[in-house]
Amino acid sequence: MSALLHVDNITKRFGGFVALDGIDLEVQPGERLGLIGPNGSGKSTLVNCICGTLQNENGHVRFDGQKLDGLAAHQRTHRGLARSFQLPRPFHSMNLVDNLRIPLLYTVHARIGPLRSTRDLDSRCLELLEMVGLAAKAKQMPRDLTQVEMRKLELARAVGAEPKLLIADESMAGLSHSEIDDILKLLMRLNERGITIIMIEHIMSAVMSFSQRLAVLVSGKKVADGKPEDVVRDPEVVRAYLGQ
Amino acid sequence: MTAVTTAKFSLITVAVAAIVMAIAHAIGVDYLYFASYTILQFIVLATAWNILGGYCGYVNFGSAAFFAMGAYASVFMHKFYPVPIPVLIVIGALVSGIAGLGMGYLTLRLRGSFFAIATLALAVVLQTLVVNWDFVGGSRGAYIIRPETLELPGGIEINYIEYLFFLMLALTVIALITARTIERSQLGFGFATIRDDELAAEASGVPTLRLKLIATTLSGAFMGMAGAPFPYYIGYLQPSSAFGLEYAVNSIAMPMIGGTTSWVGPLVGAILLGSAQQYATVTISSAVNLLIVGLMLVGFVIIAPNGIVGLVQERLRKWRQP
Repeated sequence: MSALLHVDNITKRFGGFVALDGIDLEVQPGERLGLIGPNGSGKSTLVNCICGTLQNENGHVRFDGQKLDGLAAHQRTHRGLARSFQLPRPFHSMNLVDNLRIPLLYTVHARIGPLRSTRDLDSRCLELLEMVGLAAKAKQMPRDLTQVEMRKLELARAVGAEPKLLIADESMAGLSHSEIDDILKLLMRLNERGITIIMIEHIMSAVMSFSQRLAVLVSGKKVADGKPEDVVRDPEVVRAYLGQ
Repeated sequence: MTAVTTAKFSLITVAVAAIVMAIAHAIGVDYLYFASYTILQFIVLATAWNILGGYCGYVNFGSAAFFAMGAYASVFMHKFYPVPIPVLIVIGALVSGIAGLGMGYLTLRLRGSFFAIATLALAVVLQTLVVNWDFVGGSRGAYIIRPETLELPGGIEINYIEYLFFLMLALTVIALITARTIERSQLGFGFATIRDDELAAEASGVPTLRLKLIATTLSGAFMGMAGAPFPYYIGYLQPSSAFGLEYAVNSIAMPMIGGTTSWVGPLVGAILLGSAQQYATVTISSAVNLLIVGLMLVGFVIIAPNGIVGLVQERLRKWRQP
């Protein structure tokens, strides 16, 4: 089986600082991968390079059999690569329905042609809101939402683009236990529908229960990649997290 | 809210314009045409500015440059190969639209105040070019003698200023219909995502650069259209009047005062500020115009940061959910 996402020897520098140093990573279709690492280890930079927000200097990203090098972020989204942001970035001048309308108008349309009528669009937006339990707030503005609702909106918008691969960048940071369970269930449901998911997270209990495989970044290098139980016992991972 | 289709809106706008035209014709005073022309011209400029500044959130300080390009394209054609004004308007739109596209391409990687400064620089560069271009009058300026009347096919003669007024009214109608159509289209949604959050827009699949180029082109083209008949209106065009601070400041202040998120804002702002300026020009002096703009802008930033439209919407929301 060929990998859905194939990251090959990616390097990214900011001036003299090497943020990513020859990262290799493969993700199989349908997989749930956890990506962990201490603060500043390059997780978000890696996501940005995969999604086209940043351009890597070396290496290649291949997705679904095609090279993504040089493509802008929106073109990668059109090909089925969606992400949520670490800090939610809703379109604050639009209500929730309109927030979800954007990926439908610009990504799903671009992929399959403008088939949807306005009514189809509206009902699809509501479906997405129902999926994350926000249907009752459809006409409200993002500023009226709580933190956890904001994270859900962020995920719903990413899912709205009908991705093959979803990268959830710390979508649980700062949430309570029950809220974390909410988001976990949501991500599991999405995975059952066939969406491959990379979860970036600091909350170990969540990562451990979610991931089928775990990759660890430390100072821009990948130090471990394998079964979660094995990875957390890896001496190098323990050293990075707990010090010596 | 009931949805008014674009076709219906267009009909209503044309009808309102026809009524305005009929009233102006019935009164038949030349001064009224002169004064209203200026206000209409500012509605077009403010609407054009708002396509980039209000919908996309990119503040353009170089409106005067696009306006002047339209005006100087007319001066050039007048000397080179005179054509009727409607053709000049199309030429002005092309020249300023292409300039808008070029400016967008060069500057749209800049954000916020850096973009604003770049547009200001563009205005200065273009003014310097025109000052040194002898064919269109250079720093001396160019005279264009406005005929008293225009002869229509069929031997009917109409007052020339009435003709100019009619053209600007038609441009206003086109500008407003375009702005409203954009607002309700996929393009309008895309513009709003750029204003809200460009990174999130890209992540949702919005081709932000292409959309911004469409906005700068459209915005520039409408400013050029507004400028094209100007030499015939003013009779004597010099760089300092075409590139005047007045145009840059007014095209920002009018949408800001009216409200930048919908087509109504620039319309309301331009009518309000434009009329106040015309009144002040007659009763006090034209030099007091910019002072009025400044004071109103300060006042509105404090009282109604989202403009008159924003203020009304806020009131309505509170009224509906007590």
